[in-house]
Amino acid sequence: MRGFVPHTEDEIRTMLAAIGVAGIDDLFATVPADCRLAAGLDMPDGLDEYGTASHIEGLAAANRPAGGELCFLGGGTYDRVIPAVGSQILSRPEFYSAYTPYQPEVSQGTLQMIFEFQTLLARLTGMDVANASLYDGASALAEAVILACGAKRRKKVLLPGSLRAAGRRVVETYTRGMDLELVEIPWDGTGRIDSAALSEQLGDDVAAVVVQTPNYFGVVESLADLAVEIQAAGALVIACVEPTSLALLESPGAQGADIVVGEGQSIGIPMSFGGPGLGLMAVSQKLVRKIPGRIVGRTVDNQGRTGYVLTLQTREQHIRREKATSNICTNQGLMALAATVYLATLGESGLKTLARGLADRAGYLADKIEALPGFSLPFSGDIYQELVITAPISAEEIRAQGAAEGIHAGLALGGDYPLLGDNALLVTVSEKHSIEDLDRFVAFLGRCTS
Amino acid sequence: MSRILFELSTPGRPGFALPAGGPQGTARLGDSKLRQDAMGLPELSELDVLRHFVELSTLNHSIAAGFYPLGSCTMKYNPVLNENLAGLPGFAGCHPGQTPETVQGCLELMWELEQKLKAVTGFPAVSLQPVAGAQGEFVAMAIARRYFEDRGERRELVIIPDSAHGTNPASVAMAGLKSVTINSGDNGLVKLESLAEALNDNVAAVMLTNPNTLGLFETEIRAIAKLVHDAGALLYMDGANMNALTGRVHPASLGFDMMHLNLHKTFSTPHGGGGPGAGPVGVTAELAEFLPGLRVVRGDDGFRANPASKAIGSVHGANGNFAMLLRALAYIIRLGGDGLKDVSGGAVLNANYLQARLRDTLEIPHDGLCMHEFVASGRSLKPHGVRTMDVAKRLLDFGMHAPTIYFPLIVPEALMIEPTETESLATLDEFVAVMKQIVAEAAEDPEILLKAPLTTPVGRLDEVGAVKNLLVVEPPTGEGEGS
Repeated sequence: MRGFVPHTEDEIRTMLAAIGVAGIDDLFATVPADCRLAAGLDMPDGLDEYGTASHIEGLAAANRPAGGELCFLGGGTYDRVIPAVGSQILSRPEFYSAYTPYQPEVSQGTLQMIFEFQTLLARLTGMDVANASLYDGASALAEAVILACGAKRRKKVLLPGSLRAAGRRVVETYTRGMDLELVEIPWDGTGRIDSAALSEQLGDDVAAVVVQTPNYFGVVESLADLAVEIQAAGALVIACVEPTSLALLESPGAQGADIVVGEGQSIGIPMSFGGPGLGLMAVSQKLVRKIPGRIVGRTVDNQGRTGYVLTLQTREQHIRREKATSNICTNQGLMALAATVYLATLGESGLKTLARGLADRAGYLADKIEALPGFSLPFSGDIYQELVITAPISAEEIRAQGAAEGIHAGLALGGDYPLLGDNALLVTVSEKHSIEDLDRFVAFLGRCTS
Repeated sequence: MSRILFELSTPGRPGFALPAGGPQGTARLGDSKLRQDAMGLPELSELDVLRHFVELSTLNHSIAAGFYPLGSCTMKYNPVLNENLAGLPGFAGCHPGQTPETVQGCLELMWELEQKLKAVTGFPAVSLQPVAGAQGEFVAMAIARRYFEDRGERRELVIIPDSAHGTNPASVAMAGLKSVTINSGDNGLVKLESLAEALNDNVAAVMLTNPNTLGLFETEIRAIAKLVHDAGALLYMDGANMNALTGRVHPASLGFDMMHLNLHKTFSTPHGGGGPGAGPVGVTAELAEFLPGLRVVRGDDGFRANPASKAIGSVHGANGNFAMLLRALAYIIRLGGDGLKDVSGGAVLNANYLQARLRDTLEIPHDGLCMHEFVASGRSLKPHGVRTMDVAKRLLDFGMHAPTIYFPLIVPEALMIEPTETESLATLDEFVAVMKQIVAEAAEDPEILLKAPLTTPVGRLDEVGAVKNLLVVEPPTGEGEGS
């Protein structure tokens, strides 16, 4: 037999005899004849390992990965340097070929790692507790919105216009059946949330306000000020963050956030065409029993030794069924491991160096591009690792020209943010960029004129 | 127990060197509050990090370490090649926002995988975006809701058998629908009369797992489909157990309108200690326009990704778990049509063999030919003061993972056993011998079971205490353990 079935013909005969049937097909006797496929699958026969590898490697070769060229793409997926120790640890089958730690006595590796992940995330965000991760940043945001509406028993949520569009779409999709009202708050000339417009919408019907900081335009919000106003209206503050920024910017916890979510791809996970990512969620103590997803807790065994278990499981679908906090069953265990190894490897000082370096590169690029004839920066607010530029030609044209010379120039914003126009480009820096790389990009932009 | 990461930290230890050569002092952060406090991240050498996680890894059971008969989870061999392929820079280095011309390989891979999943399920359209089975369920329920809205109908109910996985009712609730549970018949299958009674013009969908969680094929599936469709509702298949059917049954031809696949079960992408998974959803032609995310099409100028016309939206920030999709494609082309048929043949052979060998050892409430798994009950051990939990814990002492326990809910003291097709006869025989020994111990010396496991890194853990004295984050250094 194929398909990694290890049996010899003799063994198969032995097994069939023990069962008391003549052949494999007889084992499917409970499948009515008219339910079975008459012919085989419309698919070629299998390949050997070499043939399989050749085919898939051929597909990889048909790509021009941005990570191997000059990459200024970001917007939720970031081109980072990932220490080699990370992929080495992730390639251990003791981690990748285990399942959800249902039997904690033989899953302490995964469980302790998740406890460490939760701790790292809580410390990074300045929050009390974190869960074992969710699917990705976009679905984590949707889960946060649902959590907030449940906790506040209110049905209106305010979302900034500068929110990552991919996240907003998932929020809309997740909540469509829940009869919630999602209201968009515009941005101002700095690129930050228009606080007057926010005040106008805030009322005792608002469950939560989402504040993405840095927002999709790369601009840092005044989270602390916003939080005071939002909480005065009795609403929860959902901060949506990029985790590396927290080594440089005041933590959302210290600024009053009730729920923090984010995409963890940027802390140790390859871009891989957008997935898998890692949904981050941390909350204040008062919300811990409402958080969706797995949580690991520390306890002791029957001999008093320290150990770890999945805990607070009565929130979850396998016990609460339709009354669960979410339908989520798995976390992103292996990606949580990637993030844990990454944060452990960079450590306190490494992450600070990274964040400072990104902010310096973004500022440098802003200075240079602002000085380019025909280019301007639509927003005046502080930036972390990315910025919006307005070009003299369309962003798609710049992307196409850049691709031709190995420069992945940025993301076009006009489609999702029509107010910014077709010439708006979101440009993101990476710690891979040297000054020469940044100058090369600026020179390239300088040639992109009508 | 291993020391925790934070105890290994030494402030000031030189860490990982990032690329130098960027500008300095050019940040534009003058108006922003900068972080002044220490974050409390550890500082370790690379070797410290490697040793810590290698040590943790040794505390895990895994498929690589031993037998893992976790029912419904399909813990089978994850081909090593696929891990290597997922790490190819040609994939790992691709950003989802690249121009389509520069990611033709990624797009072709997604297109090719969709063709394969269509061939396996018989459905004419598949969305690759859902990243887990539960998310696939939600997508299907959102499609059902949208489909009726589109027709100007309002239907609110979804019928689910009592044997269903807990994600089913939770997914229904997330989609803004209400679940209605129907009881299974004595044979463990859907009772046609109960279904007919529950169906009405307010029912949007019926969710069925087939084979069901008892490992039984719903033999009256065509009659079920007719009942559902006569009531104007949609029939959804939870494809968690599709590994019993590959190459032999097309769910689409049974009358299902939608299904999800767990690529991490049926197509052997690794479970990763709880994810990432992938839960693509296949649907009929009529429902294709509602599928979420981007669908890849092949045109004269190569591959392009576009949303469907009436898409329910999007459930992921990008293209789903692409790196899992690529592992699944590698698995499928390596096995091919013949290999996929052997997967179901091998899975069903192994499950039936175990069931036959254990029949005189354990009670099997729904005995008969099973599919890829079967459910035993540990209730006969109760007179000895032993529960299924104790059997599960004792198994760990033999280097084997326990089956899924206490599920499905309709079998008391359930042990749900799924050997998978990649286990050898020798391993199955060893499991049989171990189970016979454990059952004998239960009668002769139940204390052995009650104290088990004794050979694992830790013994039974105080789960009640974990909730009562909740500690889910290491306290800052110096604060000691919280309560």
